[in-house]
Amino acid sequence: MPIRSIEQVLTEIKTFEGLEQRHLDRIAGCGTNCGFAAGEVIAREGDPADTFYVIRHGRVALETSAPVGGSLLITTLGDGTVVGWSWLIPPYRWRFDARAVEETRAIAFDGACLRGKCDSDHELGYVLMQRFAQIILDRLQATRLQLLDVYGEPARR
Amino acid sequence: MTPRPWRVIDRRRETADSWTLELEPADGGPPISYLPGQFNMIYAFGIGEVPISISGDPGGGGPLVHTVRDVGAVSAAICRARPGDQLGVRGPYGSAWPVADVGGRHLLIVAGGVGLAPLRPALRDALARRDELARLTLLVGGRTPADLLFRDELEELHADRRLEVAVTVDSALGGWRGHVGVVTTLIADLDFDPATTTALMCGPEVMMRFAAEALIGSGMSVADLHVSMERNMKCAITHCGRCQFGPTFVCREGAVMRYADIEAIFNLREI
Repeated sequence: MPIRSIEQVLTEIKTFEGLEQRHLDRIAGCGTNCGFAAGEVIAREGDPADTFYVIRHGRVALETSAPVGGSLLITTLGDGTVVGWSWLIPPYRWRFDARAVEETRAIAFDGACLRGKCDSDHELGYVLMQRFAQIILDRLQATRLQLLDVYGEPARR
Repeated sequence: MTPRPWRVIDRRRETADSWTLELEPADGGPPISYLPGQFNMIYAFGIGEVPISISGDPGGGGPLVHTVRDVGAVSAAICRARPGDQLGVRGPYGSAWPVADVGGRHLLIVAGGVGLAPLRPALRDALARRDELARLTLLVGGRTPADLLFRDELEELHADRRLEVAVTVDSALGGWRGHVGVVTTLIADLDFDPATTTALMCGPEVMMRFAAEALIGSGMSVADLHVSMERNMKCAITHCGRCQFGPTFVCREGAVMRYADIEAIFNLREI
């Protein structure tokens, strides 16, 4: 398998599609490759959100603590998706638990590093905010559809 | 309008509230031929009649197959039918999935919940025509793993190299190793060319609306989207108006409809 740079990987990720090369370069400069074993906790709700991840290969579960019965699985994320947006929005704390469901290869991005670049380059900050707002919107819509329980028992006729 | 008597020859539980029935003519008459997506009016004698999509293989011969969810008095009676019992059958009625018209294209099938049943004939037809298609994808969403229809068949399809299959559930407890999330998340994860894709969708209307939005958002033309509508029916032959959906009758123009033809009224709560 050819070794590809983080910049090259980013061009294939939907969230970063169409970004200018100079922006990709700046984002990639904050990234390092990483891996997680099946079951490994990647982030815990409430912890400082210093990092976000792009899944290269694998599956990650987003969970939240339930009042009864431990954690509630909200969704699983697969190849090419972004895990974590709390690094961009104060107070920079994880809003969910993230756990690798299977062996997962990812790119970890240093959120503080990228926030610093966004502060000094507002165009990069605007572009990233737009892209991450889309992620937040998509997850919100998906959660709304889950809440609707569309496959639940219909009213009896 | 007179239903023919058909005998139940097999009954399989699919989920807690859904059953698949296999039927054969009880009157010595011929079996019926049908197109994928068509439905029959199934009559539980003395109780009532409801439209149920055919879930069998249109090219497979064999018995007539219906998968029924128990949602009311009539469907409950149909679900209770045991081998040897008789049900009335009128049909087939309605339009068909355009599987035969999409040669050379990527056929994307999106099913939610019991909506997989009306799409199963389209899937079997597509597999029979696999050489005519550029690509075949099946996306399935369910409430929980226990609510997925045709689980054994889905397992087999996962191993079938002629198509790609992705299954997701809205919620799952321990033991489920698959995807969790709504069916639209499978669309977001799918790498496909929207210009050469035709989508067939069936499930709750709100699910189809979100799925259509996701597909159009991915660049698909509304003209390439097809949905199967569900409405209560009485006559199924355009006389009673019970199944009226805006300016259309679902029994005549549907149940399979071009999304472009109904998009304007699809989101109207009053319809």
